[in-house]
Amino acid sequence: MSKPVVATAHFTGCFGCHMSILDIDERILDLVELVEFNKSPINDIKNFTKPVDIGIIEGGISNDENAEILMEFRKHCKILVAIGACALTGGVPSMRNLVPLKECLEEAYLNGPTVKSENTGIIPNDPDIPVLLDKVYPCHEVVKIDYFLPGCPPTADTIWNALVALLKGEPLNLDYELIKYD
Amino acid sequence: MTHHYREQIKNIANKYGNDRGYLMNIARDIVKELGYISEEVVADLADVLNIPMVQVRDMVSFYSFFPRKTLGKNVIRVCNAVIERMKGADEVSKAFEKALGVSFGETTKDNLFTLLHTSCIGLSDQAPGALINNVPLTNLKPTDIPQIINDIKSGKNVSDLPQSRVLLNLKKEGEVICAPMESGKAIRNALNMKPEEVIGEINKSRLRGRGGAGFPTAMKWDFCRKQKSSVRYLICNADEGEPGTFKDRVILTEYPDLVFEGMTIAGYAIGAKEGIMYLRGEYAYLLDNLEKVLAKRRHLGLLGEHICGREDFSFDIRIQLGAGAYVCGEESALIESLEGKRGAPRDRPPFPVQKGYKNEPTSVNNVETLCCAARILEKGGEWFSKIGTKDSTGTKMLSVSGDCEHPGVYEVEYGITIENLLELVGAKNTQAVQVGGASGKCVAPKDFGRRISFEDLPTGGSIMIFSKNRDLLEYMYQFVEFFVEESCGWCVPCRAGTTLLEKKLRQILDGKGTAQSLAELRRIAQTIKLMSRCGLGQTSANPVLTTIYDFADLYAERIKEEDGKLMTFDLQKAMKVGIEASGRIKEGVK
Amino acid sequence: MSMNVVTFTIDGVEVKSAPDKTILQAADDVGIYIPRLCYLKDLPPGGHCRVCTVKVNGRPVNACTYPVAEGIVVENNTEELHSLRRNIIEMLFVEGNHFCPSCEVAGKCELQALAYRLALLTPQMPYLYAQKELDATHPDVYLDRNRCVLCGRCVRASIYLDKKNVFGFENRGISMRISVNSNDGLKDTNLTKDDKSMSVCPTGCLVVKRQGFTIPVGKRPYDKKPIGSEIETKTVNS
Repeated sequence: MSKPVVATAHFTGCFGCHMSILDIDERILDLVELVEFNKSPINDIKNFTKPVDIGIIEGGISNDENAEILMEFRKHCKILVAIGACALTGGVPSMRNLVPLKECLEEAYLNGPTVKSENTGIIPNDPDIPVLLDKVYPCHEVVKIDYFLPGCPPTADTIWNALVALLKGEPLNLDYELIKYD
Repeated sequence: MTHHYREQIKNIANKYGNDRGYLMNIARDIVKELGYISEEVVADLADVLNIPMVQVRDMVSFYSFFPRKTLGKNVIRVCNAVIERMKGADEVSKAFEKALGVSFGETTKDNLFTLLHTSCIGLSDQAPGALINNVPLTNLKPTDIPQIINDIKSGKNVSDLPQSRVLLNLKKEGEVICAPMESGKAIRNALNMKPEEVIGEINKSRLRGRGGAGFPTAMKWDFCRKQKSSVRYLICNADEGEPGTFKDRVILTEYPDLVFEGMTIAGYAIGAKEGIMYLRGEYAYLLDNLEKVLAKRRHLGLLGEHICGREDFSFDIRIQLGAGAYVCGEESALIESLEGKRGAPRDRPPFPVQKGYKNEPTSVNNVETLCCAARILEKGGEWFSKIGTKDSTGTKMLSVSGDCEHPGVYEVEYGITIENLLELVGAKNTQAVQVGGASGKCVAPKDFGRRISFEDLPTGGSIMIFSKNRDLLEYMYQFVEFFVEESCGWCVPCRAGTTLLEKKLRQILDGKGTAQSLAELRRIAQTIKLMSRCGLGQTSANPVLTTIYDFADLYAERIKEEDGKLMTFDLQKAMKVGIEASGRIKEGVK
Repeated sequence: MSMNVVTFTIDGVEVKSAPDKTILQAADDVGIYIPRLCYLKDLPPGGHCRVCTVKVNGRPVNACTYPVAEGIVVENNTEELHSLRRNIIEMLFVEGNHFCPSCEVAGKCELQALAYRLALLTPQMPYLYAQKELDATHPDVYLDRNRCVLCGRCVRASIYLDKKNVFGFENRGISMRISVNSNDGLKDTNLTKDDKSMSVCPTGCLVVKRQGFTIPVGKRPYDKKPIGSEIETKTVNS
């Protein structure tokens, strides 16, 4: 029987959740035995090459590229697991939701105290730069998410336990100390 | 800091003895004189009354009729409750916007008009309606509006407009409320009995509260009477705010003597010297006549000191106007409001009969209940108990509106089936009947054999009829919107829950919901129902909970197949601001 | 049966209590934890959060105001009540703007702790993305309404413990918010950072300035032990 296929993605956040995946230490050797990785920043595979059993996603959705890749993940993955505060709630980047986007951009690029020359700044508009969304959205407001692992980041144990449970088809029960929002 | 209007505030407060308990009246008078209650007024008023300004702000910010910013000289409140919208309130609203050149919530540049929406104003039988400077206009047509605006501009009184006619619309007179009466007869009968015997007579009649909950009136009075206290209060709940109810309007217009007679008897029975009628702010136009009736009764010796010559019984009635808050129909919220506070319900126990107004034993009774009590003392409990059904004696005043030929008020015997009622009011092709208002139950045709009664289909009086060509769930959505507007905010499930319910239901009605959304809708509704603090909160999810099973098909046809990508997320819309702000052009995004 | 003791059951366990107590107080006394958010021992109950809802003889009532009575059957630790309480906590998370990873009270926040205890993995109800006002006018404290759960503890503490009237409510329904006793923010009130009202906030809505992040992660009150443990592990005096 072929090994279950896993893909991972990172959206708007700090990459800390991926660090936490790597933080499972020597168990990473077991993981490589257990699963095959497809599209993921860990192996730098850029595109899906086959159907994926478990997609693991980190980060909130703050621009069109995030949203499109997330939708692509939903299309290719049987199970989608959102991990970490940003994917679950928008997290720290979503603090910008308290300020209207236009004001944010103007403060950052036109009027802020660190903007050097007056009247010469522009809000970046190169076509290659993703377009910021009006808000930073949690992943579950964009696509259906099957499982949530909280934490900032979730501990390596949380991720490991959850992954093993999913692979074995067991229910996902997190101990008290593993449910954390920070 | 002093302001030029400080003297005015002082005078108003003085009129009410600088008593913080009269904050509702004081605020009302300030609005009448100054037009609104600004932050400066809050500070000045707090200073004059010597109470913290945070308490003044707490109270005034709660009520719709105490504006916090300046309004135009004429305030137009167009009723956009469910029946009104069925009858064309949206078109009337548009006509007002067009005639005035402003949107709702705005004031015209010349400061002449402010345009607002308001919940049900008790005129659903002659909808669509509006209040202009608290004067009701009925049966409005979009084509009337320009003339109305012109007339007001040219100085005409609103009450002189042809549309300012409130029809009585009493369509069926029964033998309890609408029978002829001889003022004072019931009181004299009562005074020939001991208070306990009066309660005994009520007990014999098996009268139950007409507000909807159906608590036995004799038991309530008995509880109240037996509390150890030298002061007790009797309150008449005339805060008829349930959408689609207007029977108290008819009673207060046509039978005010009967109500006051009932209040006086209740006062005698429970041992109260003071009775207060809490009249909803929307019925301010009834106040003058009610005061006249009170004065007449005082003159006849039916109110005031030594009623009917009895040394040992004095009782008087005052009328307190509300200020536009549905929740104040809940008895403990009503009491809070009477005390000059925000209308937040209290936790029970203690019940109002134990600790009510000013923490004294208080009986709060519905207008109609008190009318029944007067009749019972006139004609006997035995007589009353033979009308209606075993558990629901007497008659019920029903306010019928919506899709029928003869909307209006009907006094019917308890036990009437929905089917018979529909026939009586000339309703055909009926899809559903909303019994008991927004917080009541939406009854499907399969249940039209059920009976209006406490044991089967209880109602405070509101009956709204929806014919088959109506988009029923859209009206349920409007009920949910109503609760968002009227939630007092005190407890989480009702405050946040109603808004979340509204969002979820909107998603589903817009065809963006999946089976999962329906489950979420149910979860939110159930939480509101089981966890909310007061009866109004607990019933605020009823528009959903009473349709989700009986009208499951209507939901099912809006539900889309699951494909993982949520239809509620609109990428194009989410990108719009970012594109505009950076001046970019992106294909496919406007 | 003595006049001074009533006996009833909570989840089948017999509980004895003085007759003038509420269900919540009686439960606390015998080491049974009923989850709660707006209740605080030294304040009159507010009845806002409804988290302490239990069923008495099958009917939901809130334990912080409902008096004990002889023979009542109280349900507390049931799956149904757990999920209803979890739903309320979830409502609060989507109603406000809570950024746990960057909040100085994470780990000692009672809202967060209740979410942990009730195993709320993440809020999934629709976020309201409401704009809330922050009041940083006071030199020593600030009021961040993004984190407010409208529990009213500060309102009650200011009145009953500090004998001041610094806080109150404003508006109704979803627009309801905490207001302060001045026209121009906390700076014009007589609030001081040592007031009792400053120490009762269950979240990070009302906090003293320049004092965040004092306890390291792992040592904060709810890092290892669920909220309520302090009641459950209490020695029962019989």
